[in-house]
Amino acid sequence: MSRMLERRGLSALTDALYRRPALWLFLLLAPPLLWFGLVYLGSLFALLAQSFFTFDDFTMNVSPVLTLDNYRALLDPANHDVILRTVAMAAAVTLAAAVLAFPLAYYMARYARGWRKGFFYVAVMLPMWASYIVKAYSWTVILAKGGLVYWFYRSFGLSGVVDWLLSLPGIGGDSLSTSTLGRFTVFTYIWLPFMILPIQAALERVPGNLIQAAADLGATPFMAFRTVILPLAFPGVVAGSIFTFSLTLGDYIIPQLFGPSGLFIGTMVYTMQGSIGNMPMAGAFTLVPVLIIAVYLSIAKRLGAFDAL
Amino acid sequence: MTYAVEFQNLSRTFDKVRAVDNVDLQIGEGEFFSMLGPSGSGKTTCLRLIAGFEQPSAGSVRIFGQEAAGLPPYRRDVNTVFQDYALFPHMSVADNVAYGLMVAGVGKRERQERAQAMLELVKLGDYGQRRPAALSGGQRQRVALARALIKKPRVLLLDEPLGALDLKLREQMQIELKSLQRQLGITFIYVTHDQGEALSMSDRVAVFNLGRIEQVATPRELYTRPATAFVADFVGTSNVFDHAAAQTLCGQDRPFSIRPERIRIGQDGPREGEIGLSGELIDIQYLGAVSRFEVRAGNGKVLAVVSPNLDDHDVAFTVGAPVKLYWPQRAMHPLAPEENGHVAHA
Repeated sequence: MSRMLERRGLSALTDALYRRPALWLFLLLAPPLLWFGLVYLGSLFALLAQSFFTFDDFTMNVSPVLTLDNYRALLDPANHDVILRTVAMAAAVTLAAAVLAFPLAYYMARYARGWRKGFFYVAVMLPMWASYIVKAYSWTVILAKGGLVYWFYRSFGLSGVVDWLLSLPGIGGDSLSTSTLGRFTVFTYIWLPFMILPIQAALERVPGNLIQAAADLGATPFMAFRTVILPLAFPGVVAGSIFTFSLTLGDYIIPQLFGPSGLFIGTMVYTMQGSIGNMPMAGAFTLVPVLIIAVYLSIAKRLGAFDAL
Repeated sequence: MTYAVEFQNLSRTFDKVRAVDNVDLQIGEGEFFSMLGPSGSGKTTCLRLIAGFEQPSAGSVRIFGQEAAGLPPYRRDVNTVFQDYALFPHMSVADNVAYGLMVAGVGKRERQERAQAMLELVKLGDYGQRRPAALSGGQRQRVALARALIKKPRVLLLDEPLGALDLKLREQMQIELKSLQRQLGITFIYVTHDQGEALSMSDRVAVFNLGRIEQVATPRELYTRPATAFVADFVGTSNVFDHAAAQTLCGQDRPFSIRPERIRIGQDGPREGEIGLSGELIDIQYLGAVSRFEVRAGNGKVLAVVSPNLDDHDVAFTVGAPVKLYWPQRAMHPLAPEENGHVAHA
């Protein structure tokens, strides 16, 4: 009996913690919660708090006088345009990524086995191993006149098609790299893996026999897809779209490298806090993506996107 | 005559494995038919071939006389109750049951009414608005049944539907399934590895082994007149004597099987028409109504004996003591001379 109780050092500590599960849980959670609370949320709230401060255009100084002027300024036509342009691009990129990602994710989850599965995982994640900046700049070469894409469509005699696309208002431009189409292409390329992986994970969790059950009850493959697979994979699509949508909303490199002039939310924030030093206005712009995502999520919830979770 | 389901030289191979190996089978309309066998014996593959989840490698599957090979599951007039129910987790119980009508384009009002009627048939009338996750295993089982039956299939396929339920519930569901089948008069094809289940519910049973059918018979026939050593051993428990054992242990010149409950354990000597052997008692298991004895015979063969516990009959025996076993000659069931029918085909 006495031997069972005689414990020293580490094992005594282990036993003490075993007897106090609450303390153990506290020790486990304290570091991540501190990090999350102070560093993560703290910096976000500091930024939002600054958005109510006053910026003096003349002296370029920030004073802690509370005001709503920055938010009023968001509704100026010029800023309004920035928000609309960014949101439209984010929506288009999200939609394209979802359409491209779903079949691939479906194949990965349902059909690929063994080395094929590994191959697709690596292939999807390989671009993430390279630096974002390197990938973005490499696309300037790919899209440049005389670059890879140029050579490709010229050798297939598709110049007419590309010229026609570039002549379209809204997506066109002088060349691929200065067109909205080019910007959209690069955005979709960069964020596509963030759509594929959550959809693949969601599809992985749909039991195969549900699809068989649907077929057994008379559902054609299309019907089974619409009524069983898609609703069950939808949380994955929403998760992926949060990535592609918010990453596009906040990006400030690709809009500078590709596409026509005209600021994005990201470039606006970058300009405001960097070259101008208008931290309050940058803070106000930061709130926009947060709000848009919040609205987006509440719509998704209302559509039943999370019912299957 | 047209059968509900008919296999002709049906085979299904996966890579080099013959999961179903040249099977012929006829299942009549309105029959409660069981496919019994150990896992990997081909019974589930046969069911999937009827449902359309698998396509035959050779041979034909006819459903009510119509060739079904090549038809996808959604074009077949059969429905399945899946082993783990396969209920749609994102739909209510009522929507699950109405699913087959929904994809068939039946109007919402009619769909709801028929789903409700179906739920009442399986005694879940008040559960329509719940999610499958909020139901117990037995209730999910009933929802799966209602969902398959709402399409009014002429053949209902059940893939080990009671496997996940506890013993009491399983016995209750067996009775309910059987009475439901009588009430609806449709063909039930029931896959199970539980011989008790197969015997208690079926009109006829096919015993599967290694992708082939060993015997198709009524439960009574299967138990009293097993055609092969495999059937004798798999359906119930049997003491199977191969040619050598039959000869050396009790002087018989044909292989035979004998059920444990037909063997009498005692010391008194053979009665009229009995034969016997002696051995050593190596284990006694007290099972309540009966006790199970294991006896090692002269050549090392272990025999099972089951006798009812009348007047604490079992207390008289001690493990390790020599005992004598007797059984009436007519209780011995002769087996086909070839020990394992598959050796020749392998």
